[in-house]
Amino acid sequence: MKYLVRLQEGAKKVATRDAYGEALAELGRENPDVVALDADLSKSTKTAVFGKAFPARFFNMGIAEANMMATAAGLAAAGKVPFASTFAVFATGRAFDQVRNSICYPHLNVKIAASHAGITVGEDGGSHQSVEDIALMRVLPNMTVIVPADAGETRAAVRAAAALDGPVYLRLGRAGGPIIFGPDYSFRVGEAVVLREGRDVSLFACGVMVAEALKAADQLAGEGLEAEVVNVSSLKPFDWRTVAESVVRTGAAVSAEEHSIIGGLGGAVAECLAERHPVPLVRVGLRDTFGESGTPDELMKAYGLTAADIVRAAKEAIQRRRV
Amino acid sequence: MTAAAKSGHPGGSLSAADILAALYFRVLRVDPSRPGWPERDRFVLSKGHAAPALYAALAERGYFPVEELKTLRRIHSRLQGHPDMRKTPGVEASTGSLGQGLSMAGGMALAGRLDGCDWRVYALLGDGECEEGQVWEAAMAAAHYRLDNLTAFLDNNGLQIDGPIEQVMSPNPLNDKWRAFGWHVIEIDGHDFGQILGAVDEAKKTKGRPTMIVARTIKGKGCSFMENEAEWHGKAPSPEQAEQALRDLEKGGAAR
Ligand SMILES: Cc1ncc(C[n+]2csc(CCOP(=O)(O)OP(=O)(O)O)c2C)c(N)n1
Ligand SMILES: [Mg+2]
Repeated sequence: MKYLVRLQEGAKKVATRDAYGEALAELGRENPDVVALDADLSKSTKTAVFGKAFPARFFNMGIAEANMMATAAGLAAAGKVPFASTFAVFATGRAFDQVRNSICYPHLNVKIAASHAGITVGEDGGSHQSVEDIALMRVLPNMTVIVPADAGETRAAVRAAAALDGPVYLRLGRAGGPIIFGPDYSFRVGEAVVLREGRDVSLFACGVMVAEALKAADQLAGEGLEAEVVNVSSLKPFDWRTVAESVVRTGAAVSAEEHSIIGGLGGAVAECLAERHPVPLVRVGLRDTFGESGTPDELMKAYGLTAADIVRAAKEAIQRRRV
Repeated sequence: MTAAAKSGHPGGSLSAADILAALYFRVLRVDPSRPGWPERDRFVLSKGHAAPALYAALAERGYFPVEELKTLRRIHSRLQGHPDMRKTPGVEASTGSLGQGLSMAGGMALAGRLDGCDWRVYALLGDGECEEGQVWEAAMAAAHYRLDNLTAFLDNNGLQIDGPIEQVMSPNPLNDKWRAFGWHVIEIDGHDFGQILGAVDEAKKTKGRPTMIVARTIKGKGCSFMENEAEWHGKAPSPEQAEQALRDLEKGGAAR
């Protein structure tokens, strides 16, 4: 799919978790079977918006994530469409076996919308910054994994998740990010979207790194290099075709994610290229390390997750293609 | 069944067999010809390793042919080593990872109440299983949400894999713990049908909180050489032992 965009300077910033809260409440108005669960973080994950609108369909399960996930499984087994939210680190780590055995193995219709993913959590530090959740969820059979890039895509992803029968993991952020997509954007599960065309290098990004990749493409253009930017919001199912076709055109690739370079988007792109069309790949992401306290901006710089880092990676990939 | 499969969990299946028989033949409002009937009662076997006993009850009740029981644990069988709700008609929850079934049952009970339905949810837990923290998360939540449409059984056979629960990691005093978590607790002999059915009636009449029926049971019940022996938790009998076991069980059945 193609949806060509340019980042607007000074665009309004909205956190994907805020978009989730609104979208979930909206969904609740349309579908009486939608229920929400939270583990004492409803103000942070924004399920509180739903809880306020539909108190009878909102279940605060307390600080007990394992029970929350398996309770959601029971609700789904009885026909409900449960959205279960907490921080990404707890949703995928603390309750992994519940997600695996109670949700994915029986293919139950549970939507896990996890906020505070990645290092843009900021000051709370490494204990709260999930750098491994995509890898953990992506490896589970039956699971769909979506990492929306902005508020609009989040709203669309929430709807798409509800429309899909089966487990979905939605990865949401705490910090505000620029609006990328207009109201005409149509999100489809399993489709990567070309946001900008170019023939020198493919920049595959997800989540907050999509905006950084668009900025990087602008900077590269200033140096005479044309970067293709692809939004890979569907980590699973993974759009092998769009990714492979892009590198056939460009011959060099960069992956960019707010996650470990192991097992997440970088891992998925590497798997795809290795099997379909091997080209030099440079992965931008956390280099097998946990995060730490700091402001989101400081951390993104410290861990090499900025447009400048993507520019450097792109040049390296192009360089390696030439030798 | 476990002898034919050459693996499986006879001990914990036998301790739960009487409860399962009572549930499937006297308690549960189910229709084997319509396993997906929305108004049915739900039963979650949280101690999923007792799958052989569950399958036997389901087959005898008519969900699938009794002959199919011999396919337990075989490749392509609908009867997986642990219950699989996607493969076996009548199985309501996929279990096997201990500690999760009561949460699922609680979710079902919440859904039933949201829809204003009168179907009830039952679950069966092991006593060793109560060492899992999630059991107590689920206990807390079921009491918090006043799930009086949820009734659980505790198969209190006193044994787990590595030995007596008192030695491995005591979850006792179990009755007091469930009471302290806000449940209505009934203590019974888990091999006495009158007591099982009486407790279920009492649970149905109990309003505002879930009921835990703590059933004193004998692991390996009815089989002379298995009774109260921890080693028979997860070991299949040889063909000769299986015959002996069946003779024992028949004798027991006649005596009752
Ligand atoms: C989470 C988890 N840990 C370990 C096991 C392995 N396991 C299977 S049965 C069992 C002992 C269960 O004891 P209890 O709950 O008392 O069951 P029963 O005595 O009724 O067979 C264990 C440890 C498991 N299935 N799930
Ligand atoms: Mg036991």
